[in-house]
Amino acid sequence: MSASSNSGTFRIKGAGRLTPARTARFTFDGKSYTALEGDTVASALLAHGVHLLGRSFKYHRPRGILSAGPEEPNALIDVSRDAARRQPNVRATVQEVFDGAKIASQNRWPSLKFDVGAVNNLFSPFFAAGFYYKTFMWPREAWVKIYEPFIRRAAGLGVAPTEEDPDHYANRYAHCDVLIAGAGVAGLTAALSAAATGQSVFLVDEQPEVGGALHYDAATTIDGQNGYDWAQATAAKLKAMPNVTVLTRTTVFGYYNHGFLGLAERVTDHVAKPGKDLPRERLWQVRAKKVVLATGSIERHMVFANNDRPGIMLASAARTFLNHHGVAVGRQVGVYTAHDSAYEAAFDLKRAGVSIAAIVDCRADPGEALLAEARRLGISVLSGHSVTDTGGRLRISSMTVARNGGGDARRIAVDALIVSAGWTPSVHLFSQSRGKLRFDDVNQRFLPNIYAQDCVSVGSCNGTDDLAELIDEAIAAGGGSVGLSGENRFEWTGGMIGAAEGAGPDTTVKAFVDFQHDVTAKDIRLAVREGMHSIEHIKRFTTNGMASDQGKLSNMHGLAIAAEMLDRPIPQVGLTTFRAPYTPVTYGTLVGHSRGELFDPARKTPMHALETAEGAEFEDVGNWKRAWYYPKRGEDMLAAVNRECRTVREVAGVFNGSTLGKIEVVGPDAAQFLNLLYTNAWDNLKPGKSRYGIMTREDGFVYDDGVVGRLAEDRFHVTTTTGGAPRVLHHMEDYLQTEFPHLRVWLTSTTEQWAVIAVQGPKAREIIQPFVEGVDISNEAFPHMSVAECSVMGVPARLFRVSFTGELGYEINVPADYGPAVWKAIWERAEPMGACLYGTETMHVLRAEKGYIIVGQDTDGTVTPHDAGLGWAVSSKKPDFVGIRGLKRPDLVREGRKQLVGLLTKDPSLVLEEGGQIVADPNQAKPMTMLGHVTSAYWSENCGRSIALALVAGGRARIGETLHVPLKDRTIEVEVTDMVFFDKDGGRIHG
Amino acid sequence: MLLIHCPYCEEDRSELEFRWAGEAHIARPENISAISDEEFAEYFFLRNNEKGLTYERWRHIHGCGRFFNAARDTVSDRFLTTYKAGMPKQLLPETGASEKTVETYEATEGDAR
Repeated sequence: MSASSNSGTFRIKGAGRLTPARTARFTFDGKSYTALEGDTVASALLAHGVHLLGRSFKYHRPRGILSAGPEEPNALIDVSRDAARRQPNVRATVQEVFDGAKIASQNRWPSLKFDVGAVNNLFSPFFAAGFYYKTFMWPREAWVKIYEPFIRRAAGLGVAPTEEDPDHYANRYAHCDVLIAGAGVAGLTAALSAAATGQSVFLVDEQPEVGGALHYDAATTIDGQNGYDWAQATAAKLKAMPNVTVLTRTTVFGYYNHGFLGLAERVTDHVAKPGKDLPRERLWQVRAKKVVLATGSIERHMVFANNDRPGIMLASAARTFLNHHGVAVGRQVGVYTAHDSAYEAAFDLKRAGVSIAAIVDCRADPGEALLAEARRLGISVLSGHSVTDTGGRLRISSMTVARNGGGDARRIAVDALIVSAGWTPSVHLFSQSRGKLRFDDVNQRFLPNIYAQDCVSVGSCNGTDDLAELIDEAIAAGGGSVGLSGENRFEWTGGMIGAAEGAGPDTTVKAFVDFQHDVTAKDIRLAVREGMHSIEHIKRFTTNGMASDQGKLSNMHGLAIAAEMLDRPIPQVGLTTFRAPYTPVTYGTLVGHSRGELFDPARKTPMHALETAEGAEFEDVGNWKRAWYYPKRGEDMLAAVNRECRTVREVAGVFNGSTLGKIEVVGPDAAQFLNLLYTNAWDNLKPGKSRYGIMTREDGFVYDDGVVGRLAEDRFHVTTTTGGAPRVLHHMEDYLQTEFPHLRVWLTSTTEQWAVIAVQGPKAREIIQPFVEGVDISNEAFPHMSVAECSVMGVPARLFRVSFTGELGYEINVPADYGPAVWKAIWERAEPMGACLYGTETMHVLRAEKGYIIVGQDTDGTVTPHDAGLGWAVSSKKPDFVGIRGLKRPDLVREGRKQLVGLLTKDPSLVLEEGGQIVADPNQAKPMTMLGHVTSAYWSENCGRSIALALVAGGRARIGETLHVPLKDRTIEVEVTDMVFFDKDGGRIHG
Repeated sequence: MLLIHCPYCEEDRSELEFRWAGEAHIARPENISAISDEEFAEYFFLRNNEKGLTYERWRHIHGCGRFFNAARDTVSDRFLTTYKAGMPKQLLPETGASEKTVETYEATEGDAR
């Protein structure tokens, strides 16, 4: 064996497909190594003879590389470019080396070779399956103080990065006629066939290059050429076709309803210096009319004593490292198998100059063709033998071999042991699509049976092993015709599931089934003995298959051991459910652009920038950013709100009401429609007038409220609460489309079309007067609740004389684009007159001073208009409206319902807490009889005292009574009053 | 994610565009103000909540905005048909809730005995 100079002493000259001249440097636990371009971290480290990559989860046992693909349970590493770009729990067998990569091992302290946690291995008798369930039961207090902190420290692999992820992630949607998952021989052939018919085709593979099993299987020829070369040529041909999209480094991780698939494309994880414009990963959401699953199969390990030492790996993995990466996994390699495929690995290694210690085959009669080839190559085959133990600390140094059924054991020195228990078809995506499996008794495997979607499985994931048959199957699945022939070297037979000889049943050895979660054959037997008879219970008791590899290697072994213990056939024990994702998907991929400011987009009014410039503090109302208050220098919130409240009543205030929901209701039957949707009557409302309306649901409870202006016989400008706009429109559409479709009415959301500037206060008319044209706004011509279409600063406008403050007030609606200009002009005139800008907090206080309710704050979905003191708004003359029958329900007309009233604290300086409960007798034993709760409570600068609104049982009959609001540290005495605290006769509004 | 056929757009569109709107074929009584408490309860509060074949309303809220009716099998989560609002109930053979389509724990997750 001759090794190339610096990319590793186990690199074999002439072997593999990588180019020796193209190198990349990386570090592993601080030590620098040279790799070749195209290496995975696993192949690069193996090239340098490094097998020890990590420590196991529970026992901290030294672990190496088991596979060469995405099924890897052991070799989990931490990969970083810099402090922020760091990802734990990356599979070393998937991560491609890039120049400058920093790789670290995980789950060890202080170092990989000397790990304190390995003491767990000595105490392993205490850590058997179910240990946590049994041990941490009592005493109860110990859970919080001792057990949970301990388990939290011990649990989990890897360490999450602490810095924000600076990379960005993309998201793409696509539609296609056929999506093919897997680009091995079957997938490529199906793609050729489908593409030939002109259908749009997606061909997706998780590896950097297409080829699938051809990565390791160097003996196969297709179309007269080397299989791997054929695959690359075929991919190039497909990529050149306009109807084909080939995605590599892309995993089909989820197969959902109606041909909907989730794909994760890794765009830059293999690149040394990614372009700044490139996303790190890209989520594809693809809707495919038909899906072809060509996902192949995964080799299983053998279950025997100490089968987890570094240097023990799958035979196909050793073949991949040799035939693709040009790396020998050892110099003296043992083989332990129950399947023919491991022989071909041994042959390849032997031909490359690696010494094969022996092929140990637990079967009595391996195929004659394989035996003949082994003899020809001078490899000794021990059939009917098993490996019963292994030696070595940080790497395997020997295997112990014994004849099945007893006999002298002997130790054979090895530095690597390659194993194969046969192949498990990858039916994950098929099962995710809700297809049903059947058990193939002869080959001990589950195969696709009943399809739930327009989908077809081809190749080895469908149990089709023969290459010629596989090609025919794939061509048929693609729907076209392609002339193609292929040839395998050997036909493969054999395979076993469950524990091999030497793994029990009664020994105390550790024969690992699930490497990542340290589940042994013994653990599964114990689970059955302790009464877990369902595979789902066994899974949870032992955690078999619950690690990040989702049991790709372990599920079938675990199932077989459980079935043997239960003495039931495997199909009766059944499989656990396959769920998405097939392999772990980063949060970044799923989240895409939806983070930071784009996580939940903010809605801003047209005047947002002007409000910001005036120093507004904002509050979130739904997705809206609303100006909350405008503090001047040195003012806190209360001082600012007090000043604003006073100024509005003494001079005037300017308020941004643009977020108010607005719906244009148009049509010859518009009034009739509103009659049905609101409790009020609308046909007697004249054009040019507006009215406060209450909307109830069919059950009679208040749903929304707002002012409705009639602009013409057939046109209404409806306003809703800020938060209620979408649901009110939905509610209106529902009735219009399904219950009252005979009405000729059209509904349009205009919330964002109008900017609304409210000017409220004694000087409101004086402020707006010079800007308004086309309407006489004198008190006589344009009294309270008038509406007009006019122009304001030359801009077409809708002017409402309306008030939510109890003052003389106007709301100017102008097209949104003109909002800032009009707002600015009005404010420039108002400010020198002594007016203020005010925000939502002042709006809340001022309306509470007048007893105006806020739906959703003073009502809660169980309040009728009568309860809210708005009985006057319910028409008694209309034959029908939504809620008319609900309002007559016995519970809604009974005495003693909770009603909205005012509350005044006996001590005027105390402000109640919203949500505070109200009782009659503060000395009553708990639980006290609660009469209701405080819905709104503020300091009212204009009243010089605190005010509150509350829902109180039989409230209006209690006016004048003294009630109590018990708080944690004291009880506040209150008097029940009516709801109007300021300007009781309401004269100001008509000023 | 399901594909739902909008009978107005006459297209299969993604579930994201739709909003469920409760059981279908419950007409608001024409004389609603005169009905008894029991009749009102039947109309407003009580729903069949059937397992298997269910008739329900959907709205293509992020599309054409129209309400329509759908027959869906709640066991398989399959839409059997969709049709315009106002059309009579599209009678379909009972497909749901039969022993075969019910995904019991035993059927999907293995035999629990």
